Amino acid sequence: MKKSVFLGALTIAGLAAGAVAAGTLDDVKARGKLNCGVSTGLVGFAAPDANGEWTGFDVTVCRAVAAAVLNDASAVEFVPTTGKTRFTALASGEVDMLARNTTWTFSRDVDLKFEFVGVNYYDGQGFMVPKDLGVSSAKELDGATVCIQTGTTTELNLADFFRSNNISYEPVPIETNAEAQQQYLAGACDVYTTDASGLAATRATFESPGDHVLLPEIISKEPLGPLVRHGDNEWGDVVRWTLNAMITAEELGVTSANMGELAAGTNNPEINRLLGTEGTLGEMLGLDAEWAQRVLAVGGNYGEIFEKNIGESTPIGLARGLNAQWTDGGLLYSPPFR
Amino acid sequence: MTTITDPPKEQFRLSMLIYDTRYRSMTIQVVALIGFMLLAAWLINNTIQNLTELGKPVEFGFLVEPSSYDINQRLLEYTSRDTHLRASFLGLLNTLVVAVLGCITATVVGVLVGVLRLSNNWLIGRIMTVYVEMFRNVPVLLWIVLAMAILIESLPAPRAFRGEDATATMNLNDTVAVTNRGIYIPEPLFSRSLGDVHIFGQSSLRFDISLDLIAILIVLGASVFAMRRVAARANAVQEATGDRPTIWYIELGILFIPMIALLVALGFHLGYPELKGFNFKGGTHLRNSLIALWLALSLYTAAFIAEIVRGGILAISSGQTEAAAALGLRPGKIMRLVILPQALRVIIPPMISNYLNLTKNSSLAIAVGYMDITGTLGGITMNQTGRELECILMLMLCYLAISLSISAVMNWYNERVKLVER
Repeated sequence: MKKSVFLGALTIAGLAAGAVAAGTLDDVKARGKLNCGVSTGLVGFAAPDANGEWTGFDVTVCRAVAAAVLNDASAVEFVPTTGKTRFTALASGEVDMLARNTTWTFSRDVDLKFEFVGVNYYDGQGFMVPKDLGVSSAKELDGATVCIQTGTTTELNLADFFRSNNISYEPVPIETNAEAQQQYLAGACDVYTTDASGLAATRATFESPGDHVLLPEIISKEPLGPLVRHGDNEWGDVVRWTLNAMITAEELGVTSANMGELAAGTNNPEINRLLGTEGTLGEMLGLDAEWAQRVLAVGGNYGEIFEKNIGESTPIGLARGLNAQWTDGGLLYSPPFR
Repeated sequence: MTTITDPPKEQFRLSMLIYDTRYRSMTIQVVALIGFMLLAAWLINNTIQNLTELGKPVEFGFLVEPSSYDINQRLLEYTSRDTHLRASFLGLLNTLVVAVLGCITATVVGVLVGVLRLSNNWLIGRIMTVYVEMFRNVPVLLWIVLAMAILIESLPAPRAFRGEDATATMNLNDTVAVTNRGIYIPEPLFSRSLGDVHIFGQSSLRFDISLDLIAILIVLGASVFAMRRVAARANAVQEATGDRPTIWYIELGILFIPMIALLVALGFHLGYPELKGFNFKGGTHLRNSLIALWLALSLYTAAFIAEIVRGGILAISSGQTEAAAALGLRPGKIMRLVILPQALRVIIPPMISNYLNLTKNSSLAIAVGYMDITGTLGGITMNQTGRELECILMLMLCYLAISLSISAVMNWYNERVKLVER
């Protein structure tokens, strides 16, 4: 026992020692590389492509931060994390930030000591079933076997949903999306539940996506966003405003196509402040004036990134919905660049 | 006049701690121990301090919060409103289930394979060699995942059993359903049940014990005791007269008649699984996560046990076999009555390690979604509460307790079978 406690303490002490090192921004600059925690593979959000390059909606956030801080969108070490390992990876300092469809909740923010810097996708938990099961509502799922990723908020929502509707189910806990997909397709579970965006992304990789339907019920609020460790506000600001720059750019009509032209100076002071031709916003962040230009050069503004990775023209085919700009009736609302 | 001079009284000086060989080794040990303890204290203190700085002081209050998650394989009643402690307790029971099932199966398979590997039949011997080498040279995690994949991919889903043109049917006269979600077998039910006793009231460790089960065990115990008495009497008669009275029908009667009477009195019947809605209902559901884990762990460990058994048998000198053969014993009886009892002395100590290994390897259960204690306390609870240090410490304590219990039982057995030397 003494030895096991000793070794355990040694491990934890090592983890904790890594965690207390402050000044992530300086660390990243000194290292010349951003360690970014992503999912283990969810097409459209974060997955390696045929050449082994990580691409996707969440991956672009990592690349944008790397571009802003290090002036190199490829200076990112992607660390795949599961629902279980992600928080330990972040808390221990193994990654500098997480961009991995992680739901912003009270206890994660307050109790687990993380800082969610914003929301890059407003999501909700949905259910996917095979079409030939003949189910049209989640309330008809009494007695069903449900595949679920363990270590996620969806696990807790599911228990609450079935309990409050007074119906029974059989949970099958699974570690990664790929395993869930295998079990679901083999019929070892009737239903697969996770965030609706994740379901759409998973369905897009099926051989015949048309044989599976998403049920209309969305049983939870899942604001997904990037997060950093609590207590390092400089670093949190960099990640927060990188995300806000992408959102604001869409609102102001700055795209990857017209950015060069607008960077020469415009009559709109907010665009000028964003692109660094006016004011000292970049300096305040501890970066240079052109930081936001580099962010936008990675994949364009929020709308462009959305359309390219998960939008309606892609196999995943997600509509903007809640993720439209506030001016278009959505929830995306970045504080002003002032 | 004689003067008795005392031998010069040796005074203890501090330098003797180093230069006197009587004390030196003690000094070194004490210094090393102090150094070790200081190091441990520094580490623990450093950990606690760092965690406090992170805003996560070590405390166990989260254990009484509601867990908010469900567990599929529950040996006791449990809902998502129960506490984390209860969820951990259910996980612990699941760990014990797979460990006990695994140890028993591994022992049976291992002993058989170990004996057969020494067979004079070339084919059987080689097949067993292939088995042993295949299983012990591939990591057990791969065997677990493979077993699960085979169960999921090769067996029919419950919906294949439905409708007019069902592609799958139930086995054994419609009593057993083999699906890719697990195997459903008939369950014993009692229409005049004696009920349960509740232990520990409303606490997280509350426990129900079926009085039916206790009654069955008592009757079984009494029957076995009576059978022993009958056999002892028969032995005494044989000693005295040389004739052994025929007792097998008395023994069978003592074993079965009270048991059948008890089962009838309790209203024993079987509940059969039935396809209802999405899944089979009724019967006992052996989930494929349990089956995969159980099979993979026991086959993997059996390969090691087979080698231990073979080693144990080979350790007995061939003179024993020859002597037994000279007495006219057949090969089967030589193995059972002469060789194995002696081989046990060699076999049991390494066997303990294998039982411990199997139990600890069961922590790989999450690979197939089996909710053992690593999946509940060290998995979901740890993840949802963020109490890594506390959960891991508790987890280590649990495995330590299980392992020490297994060692204690096996050491006691080892004491019993070991050769009494004079």
